[in-house]
Amino acid sequence: MTNTLKLVALAAVTLFAMMAINFARDLSYQVHAIIVMLVAGGLFIIHVRRIGEPAGPAPTGYMDDVVRYGVIATAFWGVVGFLAGTFIAFQLAFPVLNFEWAEGYANFGRLRPLHTSAVIFAFGGNALLATSFYIVQRTCAVRLWGGNLAWFVFWGYQLFIVLAATGYLLGGTQSKEYAEPEWYVDLWLTIVWVSYLLVFMGTVIMRKERHIYVANWFFMAFIITVAMLHVVNNLSVPVSIWGSKSVIVWAGVADAMVQWWYGHNAVGFFLTAGFLGMMYYFVPKQAERPVFSYKLSIVHFWALIFLYIWAGPHHLHYTALPDWASTLGMVFSVVLWMPSWGGMINGLMTLSGAWDKLRTDPIIRMMVISIGFYGMSTFEGPMMSIKAVNSLSHYTDWTIGHVHSGALGWNGMITFGALYFLTPKLWNKAGLYSLKLVNWHFWLATIGIVLYAASMWVTGIMEGLMWREVDANGFLVNSFADTVAAKFPMYVVRGLGGVMYLLGSLIMVYNLWMTVKAAPAKAEASAAVPAE
Amino acid sequence: MSDQNKDQVGTTGHKWDEDLEEYNNPLPKWWVWVFYITIIWGIGYTIAYPAWPMIERATPGLLGYSSRAEVAADIAAVDAANAPINARLEATELTEIEADADLNTYANNAGRAVFQTFCAQCHGSGAQGAKGYPNLLDDDWLWGGDIAAIHETVSYGIRNDQSDMARYSEMPAFGEILEEDEIDQVVNYVLALSGQAPNDATLVDAGEEVYLSSCAACHADDGSGDTDQGAPNLADAIWLYGGDYDTVKATVTNSRYGVMPAWDTRLSEAEIRAVAAYVHQLGGGQ
Repeated sequence: MTNTLKLVALAAVTLFAMMAINFARDLSYQVHAIIVMLVAGGLFIIHVRRIGEPAGPAPTGYMDDVVRYGVIATAFWGVVGFLAGTFIAFQLAFPVLNFEWAEGYANFGRLRPLHTSAVIFAFGGNALLATSFYIVQRTCAVRLWGGNLAWFVFWGYQLFIVLAATGYLLGGTQSKEYAEPEWYVDLWLTIVWVSYLLVFMGTVIMRKERHIYVANWFFMAFIITVAMLHVVNNLSVPVSIWGSKSVIVWAGVADAMVQWWYGHNAVGFFLTAGFLGMMYYFVPKQAERPVFSYKLSIVHFWALIFLYIWAGPHHLHYTALPDWASTLGMVFSVVLWMPSWGGMINGLMTLSGAWDKLRTDPIIRMMVISIGFYGMSTFEGPMMSIKAVNSLSHYTDWTIGHVHSGALGWNGMITFGALYFLTPKLWNKAGLYSLKLVNWHFWLATIGIVLYAASMWVTGIMEGLMWREVDANGFLVNSFADTVAAKFPMYVVRGLGGVMYLLGSLIMVYNLWMTVKAAPAKAEASAAVPAE
Repeated sequence: MSDQNKDQVGTTGHKWDEDLEEYNNPLPKWWVWVFYITIIWGIGYTIAYPAWPMIERATPGLLGYSSRAEVAADIAAVDAANAPINARLEATELTEIEADADLNTYANNAGRAVFQTFCAQCHGSGAQGAKGYPNLLDDDWLWGGDIAAIHETVSYGIRNDQSDMARYSEMPAFGEILEEDEIDQVVNYVLALSGQAPNDATLVDAGEEVYLSSCAACHADDGSGDTDQGAPNLADAIWLYGGDYDTVKATVTNSRYGVMPAWDTRLSEAEIRAVAAYVHQLGGGQ
């Protein structure tokens, strides 16, 4: 019965996509209709061929296949995102790389959202999917709830990524930063995300442990809040069901405010709360030490999620935003400082008594530097939200440097640590193929981040000062083009930092690949069964 | 702290996934105190500055601060300080600015700032121009290079829809008027006129006839152009769109229609005079 329903639904989607290809009003929509038709049609054929096959016994044990796919997807999208980022960094330094033959598809403006979405949503999102599915099963001691729903979440999310990325290149964008995908992609992501919420909550509710582990609090906060942010910021009315263009329901400064309420909490809940969930599992596991303080984790969790949601207006200081909203955004951002650092303290202090491991275990070193960058950027963030600082830093490269010390340092490094932890476990290996290569990855990535952040501080503060420089009569001294010219050397340094980070990630991919292919198997049989 | 933790505080007694535990450590004191201090500071700050939204409007804050009022005061202060010299700039004949040392220094500083803000996007921050955007450093002027002409160009612009006073002219697209071979002839003639080797020397004489009947009315018999109509000089080595065979042919076939906005609605008279003086003194002023 459900199989018949599935077949009917897939056939209907395929047919609708065919009509959409015919009626499409723009290229982005048309290409997306082709992709949807191929995916739905392909699934239809696969299902038809399977009709009549006897259903096997219900699978037991932890559902780790989807985590394995998630690990592979994380590594793949990571490299794609870093490559795109490195390329556009050089496009800024050498504009000739905006090739004339690729104009309108591969120029900076089209590739920039491709880079940000690839690293945040494709790399970061897959890391969160994979680790949250892994962690919630282990810490609840049950298999993922919902059967194949987890597979739907994984593949549905990959389809979202492909639709978003191709849309950017073909011009299908609603021009909201970090929320660029158009209305039908947003609707699809909503379905996938609610399924994710169901799988995660279902698993937590069915848990066999009495207490909910702290990592799961953070994952739940992340999944629920992102759902809310995504829906509210993307409320829009399509111009036609046959085209990608839509009109957002918010207008003027209210639209800007909703956008940065979303944008800042994408940082807060996607890149902070979600990744703190990862940190709270992998750091104590790798260090083989208990979490430093249960009380601190409770207090900083609730303080963090209560305060973060109000901090968005600091993205709109000195704009059409009313002063009162600006004040509140700044105050909540500054008060957010200690709750953010609670996670850092809990992470670092978990290592107390195990500091010697820093010398011998490059994976722990990666996690520690990740927590260090987390602490640094969560101090820098509140500082930059102060109006006086913001009047210098806003619109400059300082912001780009801040974002990247968080993204490359915190999100990237903790994810690399998690991948190094997970791969031997998931493929049942005794250990990684090479710790020496992990060490290489660690140093390349760390030096790459330092080059990136330092060059962006220099150019950011320099251009901020150049923009505000006035002569004795109150006239501006520099033109915008002067600041662009002055930034050139630092843009090259930033690009080189990107190259090092990218190289490190390629070494990681090789190391993980060889771990799966060539590392010796673990001695005893897999213990991947829920503790009954 | 470190190793004594286990003995002193113990864990919460919860255990997950074989070995995940939590110590029962208290909140670090410094952490709690800094958190409290930021909260107290936050409350104080929201009392001092506009902050809490009420039914009608937000609380204005004890300091009566407003970012818009602050900017307005800054701008007003600069305007007030420059008011006397701006008045002098507006009262002085354009041609006499240069002779007044103080005024000329001021006009050049102000003009440079105006230029870097409003003009550099097209003409380049060094005024060197770009393809389709005239170089303002040389002495080749489309619409005249004395300070009055520059002042007029800046004020009203070229071929725009904004200003009735905009300078206006339109070159026909000769692709619709002349035959293909006539265009080849006249392009060869224009290359010869500007001292370049023509593509096909045998067409030059025929090209001259075409030129005299179709082009000379604006560009003059000797190719020296006409600044009253914005018709470029074709007899020199300076080209706005390019002087090679293909570019000149494209220009003749499709024509060109360069537009410059009017600035008299966006800049004050003193600012326009300042930027006119600045451009006039860049090197090519007449």
